[in-house]
Amino acid sequence: MLAYILRRLGYGVGVVFGVLFVLFVLFFQIATPDDIARRALGEKARAQDIEDWKANNGYDRPLWPWQDFRDNQLFTHYHSMLRFDFGRSDVDGTPIARRLREGVAPSLTITVPIFVLSLLLTVLLGLFVAFFRETYIDIAGVFLCVLGMSVSILLYIIGGQFLIGKLLHWFPISGFDLDPSVMLRFIALPVMIGVLSAAGGDVRFYRTVFVEETGRDYVRTARAKGAGELRVMLRHVLRNSLIPILTRVVVTIPFLFVGSLLLENFFGIPGLGSLTVDSIQQNDFRTLRVIVFVFSLMFIGGQIATDISYAAVDSRVRLE
Amino acid sequence: MSAALEIEELSISFPVAGQRVRVVDEVTLQIQPGEVLALVGESGSGKSMIALGCLRLVPKPGRVDAGRVLLHGRDLMPLSVPEMRKLRGASLAMIFQEPMTSLSPVVTVGEQVAEAILLHEKVTRKAAHARCVELFERVGIPDAGARTHAYPHQLSGGLKQRVMIAMALSTRPRVLIADEPTTALDVTIQAQILELLRELQRETDSAILLITHDFGIVNELADRVAVLYAGRLVEEAPRETLLHRPRHPYTQGLLRSMPGSVVKGERLEEIAGTLPPLTELPAGCRFATRCARVFEPCHESTPASLQLAPEHSAFCFAVAEEEGG
Repeated sequence: MLAYILRRLGYGVGVVFGVLFVLFVLFFQIATPDDIARRALGEKARAQDIEDWKANNGYDRPLWPWQDFRDNQLFTHYHSMLRFDFGRSDVDGTPIARRLREGVAPSLTITVPIFVLSLLLTVLLGLFVAFFRETYIDIAGVFLCVLGMSVSILLYIIGGQFLIGKLLHWFPISGFDLDPSVMLRFIALPVMIGVLSAAGGDVRFYRTVFVEETGRDYVRTARAKGAGELRVMLRHVLRNSLIPILTRVVVTIPFLFVGSLLLENFFGIPGLGSLTVDSIQQNDFRTLRVIVFVFSLMFIGGQIATDISYAAVDSRVRLE
Repeated sequence: MSAALEIEELSISFPVAGQRVRVVDEVTLQIQPGEVLALVGESGSGKSMIALGCLRLVPKPGRVDAGRVLLHGRDLMPLSVPEMRKLRGASLAMIFQEPMTSLSPVVTVGEQVAEAILLHEKVTRKAAHARCVELFERVGIPDAGARTHAYPHQLSGGLKQRVMIAMALSTRPRVLIADEPTTALDVTIQAQILELLRELQRETDSAILLITHDFGIVNELADRVAVLYAGRLVEEAPRETLLHRPRHPYTQGLLRSMPGSVVKGERLEEIAGTLPPLTELPAGCRFATRCARVFEPCHESTPASLQLAPEHSAFCFAVAEEEGG
């Protein structure tokens, strides 16, 4: 088990190096320092201004080791990223690490409640619909799921803001404050919308998993020994469905830190999602490069966590 | 004395291509306490459906259309769901065909057997576990104490079937339904499991409905045999009679098609044709399309039960004519 985890982490390191290389090509070779400078200074910038901007922002050195072995961008890129020394924003010079730190808390305050509530709600609803499989309740459930999946999240957001924020005045339309006394008022609506917008797809997925498990032979055995339907669902079906559930869920955990691009943007929540959108709009390439790198780390971490969690729920999975 | 298990004119149907097809059609059987009745038939003849019908576990969209199942004289069909649940696994237990998939893969086998006990008896978890170890020893699982903590995938097919038997016996049922208990196992293991079933049956004097397609197993274990074709009984007789003096053309054909039924070097006989699709069952006798002795009445109506000897009956017009009907 330990050997497996170590080897898996080793692969992870390899993937990180690959990701960094792809990032370098994207942000230095495809979008060249000249492009970045011109975007920062505007189309009419003079050649001299561009050279000055590149020198000031550390973009003036050669890119590849074969151009200058000791002083090149590729080495600096790897060196600074791996030490989490992210430097300063191209646009306003604030340290990128600080902006990331400041963005994590607001992101987590909406993503964690969404994650927990939505997992509980969708698994329960999935079990409920699967329990009534092949009845009108099941058909109605699946219909609602598909309906929910088919509606764009934008409609949930704008509709929610209009209905609950503007007409009913239950919660503010947008805004954010980390102060615990008022925070709940601000996160209630985005959390509700986050849970609702993803519920259709999740419920339908869990229903499929549960219904498939109810057709298995061991379920028939459980019934034959006198277990009731509810017990069959909770003790046998749910337990055997954990692998597909985990596959879907654990991968998403790291993305809790990433926040939600759309929800944060619409609700004015100063999290990492907003930071990403702002960086794109402001041509802040350095910040964007850091964000893509950090998100990749999260994703790789999530994959490793998923593999390890399999072994925890299913004794057949042996990690070696 | 009432029979341990009585099945009276049980009919089970499934919807196929817009119509309901009787996969079990008015089957009547009786099993006395301490008796082993073998139910023999080809794949798809409805054997397993009869078993599931007795437990009222016919999978949807199938359903029991008519008939009664009596356990020690008590009709199971009108029972409420909770009442039925109390009987399942307690007075009426079942061993399934596929030990590989019939146990939950993520729960230890000990826990699964203990669950069967805890569902029906007010005992502590610890007592249930102790009983489970005893049962494992009884069904010949070596190193029983440690094996209760094993997961199904850590056990061989034979051991898994022993676990299934231990589970079925855990509440000392008086009627046991064994649905092809050895089909998925190696031949050597088959013999051990049959031996075990016979021993346990003698010890507990329970009644067994043994479902099989293998006359070898019938010969080993059965007291009486009922032969099923396309959901209908064709012949019922004590073992010796059925194996040596079968009367129904289908039973005769089955036995002739068995290796060992002819002199070495001769070709085995086969029954011409195949089991008809459920949607194209003939109107009269369901075996009429493949029967060598078919004549007019066979196409017109369903043959009734014909008593040939005190415990021997066949459902066949040709046999009836022979008998001077």
